Order: sequence, then C-alpha cells, then structure tokens
Amino acid sequence: MFKEFFLSPFHYEFMRNALLSCFCLSLGCGPVGVFLILRRMSLMGDALSHAILPGAAIGYMIAGLSLPALSLGGFIAGLLVALLAGLVSRTTLLKEDASFAGFFLIALALGVFIISMGKSSIDLMNILFGSALAVNHQTLLLMGTITTFTLSTLAIIYRALVAECFDPQFFGRVHGHGTFYHILFLMLVVLNLVSGFQSMGTLLSLGMMMLPATAAQFWTRKIWPMGAIAVLIGLVSGYSGLLVSYHMNYPTGPSIVLIAGLIYIFSLLFGAKGSIRHYITNRVKQS
Amino acid sequence: MVVDDYSTRFSMGLNFRECPLVESHSKKILVDHLTVTYGKTVALEDISGAIEPNSLIAIFGPNGGGKSTFVKVLASLIKPTKGSITHHCQSTCQPAYLPQQSTMHRSFPITVREVVAMGLWHTVGAFKSLTKTHQSLIDQALERVGLQDYDSRLIETLSGGQFQRMLFARVILEDSSLIILDEPFTAIDIHTSQTLLALIQEWHQKGKTILVVLHDLEMARKYFPETILLSKHCLGWGPTSKVLTDKNIMNSYHAEKIDRKRNHV
Repeated sequence: MFKEFFLSPFHYEFMRNALLSCFCLSLGCGPVGVFLILRRMSLMGDALSHAILPGAAIGYMIAGLSLPALSLGGFIAGLLVALLAGLVSRTTLLKEDASFAGFFLIALALGVFIISMGKSSIDLMNILFGSALAVNHQTLLLMGTITTFTLSTLAIIYRALVAECFDPQFFGRVHGHGTFYHILFLMLVVLNLVSGFQSMGTLLSLGMMMLPATAAQFWTRKIWPMGAIAVLIGLVSGYSGLLVSYHMNYPTGPSIVLIAGLIYIFSLLFGAKGSIRHYITNRVKQS
Repeated sequence: MVVDDYSTRFSMGLNFRECPLVESHSKKILVDHLTVTYGKTVALEDISGAIEPNSLIAIFGPNGGGKSTFVKVLASLIKPTKGSITHHCQSTCQPAYLPQQSTMHRSFPITVREVVAMGLWHTVGAFKSLTKTHQSLIDQALERVGLQDYDSRLIETLSGGQFQRMLFARVILEDSSLIILDEPFTAIDIHTSQTLLALIQEWHQKGKTILVVLHDLEMARKYFPETILLSKHCLGWGPTSKVLTDKNIMNSYHAEKIDRKRNHV
C-alpha cells in the first residue's frame, strides 16, 4: 500500500523524467531565489520570467517546438530585458524596478502577439504553462547542465555576491564596481527560468524559484542554510506535487507550485523566525 | 552685523579661506581648487589646501555645507567637477571610509564576525580562505571595540552603538594609512563614543591620517588638533583653535542661510 502510493507512479519513464526535472529545478532555483530576495529583487524575477516569452516565441516561429531554439531565444530575450532595464536605471531618472516593469510588459505583450499571429492557442498554453510530463532526455540534459553551472558559479562568487549585496559602497571601494557580479547573477536568474519553462512554463517556473526561497526565510537567518532549506522545500514540493497530480489526475505544474505555496503559508504561520506565531506570542507577552 | 560683514566680503568676491597651497611633498594629500556640483546645485566651491601625513582633522560645518561631499571626493567615491585631489603616497593608501549609517543594509542576514572579516578584503579578496592569522586578527579587532562576545550575533540584533563598533572593527582590519569617517558619533551612547574616540587617538599615534566629519563642537575642540570648516566654501583650514572661533562658526551658518535663500529665488 505504502509502496504502491509513493513509489509505483515512478515505474513510468515520463514520471521519472518529470521527477528528475523537478529536482534539477529545485537545486538551481532555490539558492538563486534566496539571493534574489536578499538583493531585494523578488519582483524582478517576476519581470524576467515574462520577458523570456517573446524570445521563446520567436524561437518557436523559426524552429518549431525545438528545445534549443526555444531556450536560446528565451535566454537572449530575458538577458536583453535585464541589461536594458539596468542601463535605463543607470542613465535616466527611472529606478530599476520601474524600468524593469516597462520593458517586461512590452516583452510580454510582444510574446503573446507573436504566438497569436502564428498558430493555435494550444502552443501559447504550452509555453506559458509547460508540461512536466512531456520532459524528455534532451530537456533533462539541458536542465542538468544549467543546474550544475548555477551551483558552481554561485559557489565561486558566493563571497563577492554576499559582500556586494550587503554593502555595495564598501564592495566598490575594496574590490571595484559590482556590475560584473550583478550581470552574472541576472544571467543565472534568466538561465534558471529558461531551465524551468519546458516543464513548468514561463509563469510557473518562477514559483519554483520564489516560493521555496521565501518560505526558507522563516526557518533560518543564515544565507547558506537558507539556500539549502529552499532546495529541500523545492524537492518536497516537486515530489509530492507529482504524486498528487498522478493519483488525483490534477494538472502537474500547478500542483507542484501549489504545494510549494502551501509550504510557504505554513512557514509564514509557524516558522521558527519572525513568523506570525512569533508576532502573536510577542503580543501576548507584552500584554 | 555679521551678516553684513559676510555679504560685503562676498560681493567683493573675496574668499574666507586661509588655505595656502603647499608645494608637493611625498605622502601629502593636495586639494587643488576643488569644486563639486550636483546638476545645478553647487556642493563645494573652490576648495584648496594640503593634508599633512599623520594629521587628525575634524571636518565641521552646517548641514548641507558639503562635508560629506568633501570626504566622498577624498575617498574617490565622487569625481570632482573642477580641480583635483592628489594623493602622494604608496600603493597602500587606499583610504578606509566609513559612510553615514543610513547607506547600509541593516537587516541583512549576516553575522558580526562576517562583516568585520570583510575588512581583510585587501589581503583575502573574493576567493582566498581565512588563515589562523586572519582569524586571530579578527578576534583582536573584535576585542578592541568590545564586541568579542557578539561575534556570532546577527547584525540585525545590534544596537546603534554596537553596530558602529562593528564597523570600526572592520576599519581596524582594513589597516589603511588614511581613515575617513563620516559622522561616526551620531546617535550613539557616550560610552561607545569614548571607546571609538580612544581608537581614533590610537590610530593617530600609529601615524595614520584621520579625517572625521563632526557635529560636536566640544569634541572637535578637545580631541582634534586641526579643523576644516566648510560651508560650500572653505571658511578655515588649520589649527582647531584658530578655525573654530565663534565668529567663523557664526559666519559658516550665515553663509549657509544666505546660500539657501539664493537657491530658492
């Protein structure tokens, strides 16, 4: 019974592939999400996930449903928006978040426009929401590569990233301008969103990045463990989301993200650091 | 009457500064006709003078008088609009600069020890690991500012005074020959002020050059041999007793008021 429920779904190859893709995604997205939050850029992740769309759409127009074309297009579009927004905020009066908003809205509309001009709206649904159960070996290979690259890059630039984020002025003075690390980090964000969009789609892949990372905030106040907890939450959501979707016949991507969402709400209510539970006990103590 | 005095002198195009240009010398910092503007607003105008090695200088003046701008230019964070600053010293004169508190990310999840350790960046960089020597240097710095029991505390749990002590410990590890502190004594208790003042004097005895932006007249007179009085222009640069006269201070505040009025019109 136990084995039946928890293990048997993974006799099927498409379930194993889906599970592996979730694991890849959790490993890369967790730490990246934690740094996005630390850099107070949570909403820019949102913007970037939309910005990928026109690139993926153009890739689709040119090469059809080919993963390399979609990914490359998405990556280029995402990075372009990130760089343009950064450039605008540095040269004009607009702050970075506002200029991000401007560009990603254009990109989103452009993406939907291109896709609608092309073929049926089923394609649009595929790109927006992906399908975890259609992940093949080629996709897995790409995701694995991106995850490996992400984790090793983060390990190498960890100290610089933390120092630059905590005190940019100090970092600029002792090390030189932080732009290089900023751009490298934005590249990692875009790469991981691209990695997620075949299985989860451009909209939901952000959920795998932000929900575990925000939930992790409530369990520790150390950066490294925060990343590890985010990964753990991602893994748990991926696995249980697949199980639920298999047994109950629910849509896969949304199930996974919803479970991550449940874990987030649980952490928000009962977490060990600064949660609502803390707020209430402090209130009770005071009165 | 002082106002009249000021405006007549101003209209005659005279400057208050008694900032003689000294011929260049090794290790000296020369400030030459320095002007900084932000857009149309003039923050500093035509400042000249020389900072001798091993001097302990208070930078004094009204709010908006360009004190912070002046030290930022010295720390090479801002480029002068006109004029120049020349550092005559060896490669190790990368100044240690402590900005006003508000520019830091205070709820960042990082421990006191990690922040202090960043002071070793010039030797450790982004990749090298911390050796035992480094660790004991960090311990010494923490002890010097009285934070030895706080090293694993998160910075968000520190009081204002403890936070400032931590930043001073980081400055200790930077081990720079030029130290620039922007209002380090704002909003901290007397006990902490005393510890940090003692530290500044210790640096002075070790031969470092120290510039401190101050608001406290008594402190400047008591502990700082030299003062630069700024109110957009340089109203005095030299021994504190000669610069911080009541008349000069009055002038600096009036100059600031007149300036504000002119900007409004």
